[in-house]
Amino acid sequence: MALIDLARRELQVKIVYYGPARSGKTTNVVYLYKTMNKQVTGKMVTIDTKGDRTLFFDFLPVNVGKIKGLGIRIQLYTVPGQVMYAATRRLVLRGVDGVVFVADSLRVQRQRNIESLKDLTENLNSYAIDIRTIPLVFQYNKRDLAKAGVPILSVDEMEEDLNSTLKVPAFEASAVLGKGVFETLREITKRTIRVVANKLVK
Amino acid sequence: MDMILTVEKQRQLEDVIRTELLANGAEHVILVDSSGSLIVDCGNYPLEDILPLAALSAANFGATAEIAKLVGEEDFTLLFHKGEKKNLHFSKIGEEYILIVVFDKSVSLGLIRLKSTKAAEKIMEILGA
Repeated sequence: MALIDLARRELQVKIVYYGPARSGKTTNVVYLYKTMNKQVTGKMVTIDTKGDRTLFFDFLPVNVGKIKGLGIRIQLYTVPGQVMYAATRRLVLRGVDGVVFVADSLRVQRQRNIESLKDLTENLNSYAIDIRTIPLVFQYNKRDLAKAGVPILSVDEMEEDLNSTLKVPAFEASAVLGKGVFETLREITKRTIRVVANKLVK
Repeated sequence: MDMILTVEKQRQLEDVIRTELLANGAEHVILVDSSGSLIVDCGNYPLEDILPLAALSAANFGATAEIAKLVGEEDFTLLFHKGEKKNLHFSKIGEEYILIVVFDKSVSLGLIRLKSTKAAEKIMEILGA
């Protein structure tokens, strides 16, 4: 739920990082937390299992400056990617204002990316949100693995699989090295704030 | 559901929280929506602790609602976490909001429950929940 708090002069929005298991959603948020000034980010909360797999969600509040005198606070969440946590993913999506879909560039994960996008579409539908209208950005993660000789999908193949009808911005990334992480966040923030501002300040 | 919280509404909400809960021994009171957005909070805890508390509380409530369904309930409207020194009382307000009260062992749970119910009624009026 987007909230404009006129007493604090602040706009709050919720952005969720979605995608298949092990695609790098938590890695994105951890990179932001580690590299951003602590005056900008709040405490990061992460609920994971022993093997560092997200069990419930990660949460990181980030202040990204001011627009027209209103401070912008983004609440970043990730979902657990594993198939069995379907109910949890739906729960985390409640009140979402923008989505980053982190797709795995590994060729072996091709089908899982497609299935996860379908799962996102259905979960958004359960809240009467249309994936074609919500602010959405793709991130094609793990591009660095090509250098290590690991078979990865080409950007064209990923665009064809995931973004052929949605046609939203997509970023190549290597979240573990920080490449593409800020670009992705910047674009989803810009798009989300534009949509929220149009909705709330008519 | 998006929302604009005006200065006037925020003042009214803070008044309710102060008179009903803080005046009766609560340490900190937080009002959040079910997606984890902080609406208003009063008390001594710093904002950096309140933001994750708001997010985790909303998630906690969401998870509990799923548990409720498994045992044939629609929802649980109250949650209580008892600690050695601090306690947390969560109550649902309408469909969208959650009131969280942090209080210590010197304050009785019954009083917090009574005052939370009273505060919830007033908050519902203010927010039109």
